[in-house]
Amino acid sequence: MIGYTARRLLLMIPMLFGIVVLVFVMLNVIGGDQALVLLGQEGTPEQLEALRRELLLDQPLSVQFAAYIGKLVQGDLGYSLFQSQSVFEAVSGRLGATLELAIVALLIAILIGVPLGILAAIRHGRISDILAMLFAQLGISMPVFWMGILLMFLFAVTLDWLPAIGRGEPLLVAIVELFRGDPGVLLDSLAHLALPAITLGVGAAAIISRLVRSAMLDTLSLDFVRTAHAKGLGPSRITLAHVLRNALLPVASMIGLRFGALLGGAVLTEGIFGWPGLGQLSVAAINQRDIPLIQGVVLTFALMFALVNLIVDLAYAAIDPRIRYD
Amino acid sequence: MRKLLRNPSLLIGGTIVVVIVLLAIAAPWVTTYQLEEMDMRNRFSLPSAEHWLGTDNFGRDLWTRLLYGARISIGVAVVSVGLAAIIGTVVGLASGYFGGLFDLIVSRIVDVFLGFPPLIMALTVVAALGPGVTNLMVALTAVFWTEYARVVRAITLSQREIDYVAAAQAVGASWARILVVHILPNCLGPITVLATLGIGTAIVAESGLSFLGIGVEPPTPTWGWTLSYGMRFLRADPWMSTIAGLCIMLTVLGFNLFGDGLRDLLDPRRVTSGRRGRRTAIAD
Repeated sequence: MIGYTARRLLLMIPMLFGIVVLVFVMLNVIGGDQALVLLGQEGTPEQLEALRRELLLDQPLSVQFAAYIGKLVQGDLGYSLFQSQSVFEAVSGRLGATLELAIVALLIAILIGVPLGILAAIRHGRISDILAMLFAQLGISMPVFWMGILLMFLFAVTLDWLPAIGRGEPLLVAIVELFRGDPGVLLDSLAHLALPAITLGVGAAAIISRLVRSAMLDTLSLDFVRTAHAKGLGPSRITLAHVLRNALLPVASMIGLRFGALLGGAVLTEGIFGWPGLGQLSVAAINQRDIPLIQGVVLTFALMFALVNLIVDLAYAAIDPRIRYD
Repeated sequence: MRKLLRNPSLLIGGTIVVVIVLLAIAAPWVTTYQLEEMDMRNRFSLPSAEHWLGTDNFGRDLWTRLLYGARISIGVAVVSVGLAAIIGTVVGLASGYFGGLFDLIVSRIVDVFLGFPPLIMALTVVAALGPGVTNLMVALTAVFWTEYARVVRAITLSQREIDYVAAAQAVGASWARILVVHILPNCLGPITVLATLGIGTAIVAESGLSFLGIGVEPPTPTWGWTLSYGMRFLRADPWMSTIAGLCIMLTVLGFNLFGDGLRDLLDPRRVTSGRRGRRTAIAD
């Protein structure tokens, strides 16, 4: 297992390096002149030249890339052109909000999607299966931003039950406050989190329910299920103890892959609900053409995605005794 | 025909897709209003005989704007998915057939592209190239091509081992002929299914980027932009956003159902199974 983990970690390095190269090429070669973006139209040619020299833009691309990589391995992502802080500060200040949103949304998706998929599979072909799959089809087809607007209109504008925009205290801080005897902070955090997390979670729940249903149906037709029936086990025990355990393994790895779509959805959800995370930061950075910041945000997203897939792969290897990674 | 009737997804999805595509093509003939025609006395009106889907904040007819919006949204999706399918297929065929170093390099490049969450990849390309219809299509192509490359490569690898390829080589068929005449036809079914499902995903992606204000630029009336712009008047007039969102959802639903139905038709073994696992979904 340790060997597998080490090998899996080593394999991440060339992929991440490839991502760094691709992002660097896209943003620095195709993306235009950062000095021009910074100075705008007012800069004199001399100022422009001086700034280019300062930003190493007068150097060959290989030198620029080597300098960038040199800083990157020391954790230095550069300085934002417009946020008057380093890219690392800007990104780390927002990372928690995006992670909180994505993780809670994923939990909601699993809590809705898995039971729905099980229900659809054990009632295969009946009305509850059809209704569950109708929900799934609608959930998949519904753009996340439209779902967000509808929920916002219903629960924040019309009913006025939940706040429409913004974020309360970070969830972890709110939980600490709860133990200090102040539940109000947690309630406020959850109220702010509810709409964005449900918005993001429902689409993922739809996909998870289809994956669970299909994996369950595949597993239900296997021989060991017939043996379990023959042994006289009850249907609920067969479903929960035998079929579900086997069916959930491939689903778990798919959920890891879905995390990428969830991160993309988070960018849109943050835009609707004014959630102060990486998504909003990236859109602002793109609108301002703040290349170092875009670069930092994109690399952070890619790193998160890679880490989640790594964790899922390792968990998969640990849970499934049939898999031996030599 | 009987097969078709036993496949409601294909039938319902196909009908939705055909109706919406025909309406988009026939836009100038199915509305009497001009795209930018304003009627300030009739702002934010609800559906009526005069304005079938109501009007926006300038009193412009929403039916007209959504029809023209369909041209952009579906057009961008079809072109980018088409380009992605062509690039991915060519790369996948070559990579699977020739193998070796070429295959190794291509596979690593595909891995790098798949290392990005899909919408983040699209955002990066738009950030590099700037907004606009063409750049958006490039961005979406950059997201989608890997899916085709992977699938076609896998099929090519398995087909290459089958005797008929060896027979074709033995009678002196060129590699180009083997790839195009013998192996490519085996890939067309999966490619068609992927592309149909991909169009739905691309429509959502285009709307999402336009919604964020970094996709197609106004005044082009894309669905995503209409939805996003309508959000400003959500309290006073939720209709504008609602109807734009409904258009996106119905179209995506149509393509998804059609794609699912098509897959069941082309691959009967998978009728009971759900959607394939790895789909480049952007923001669902």
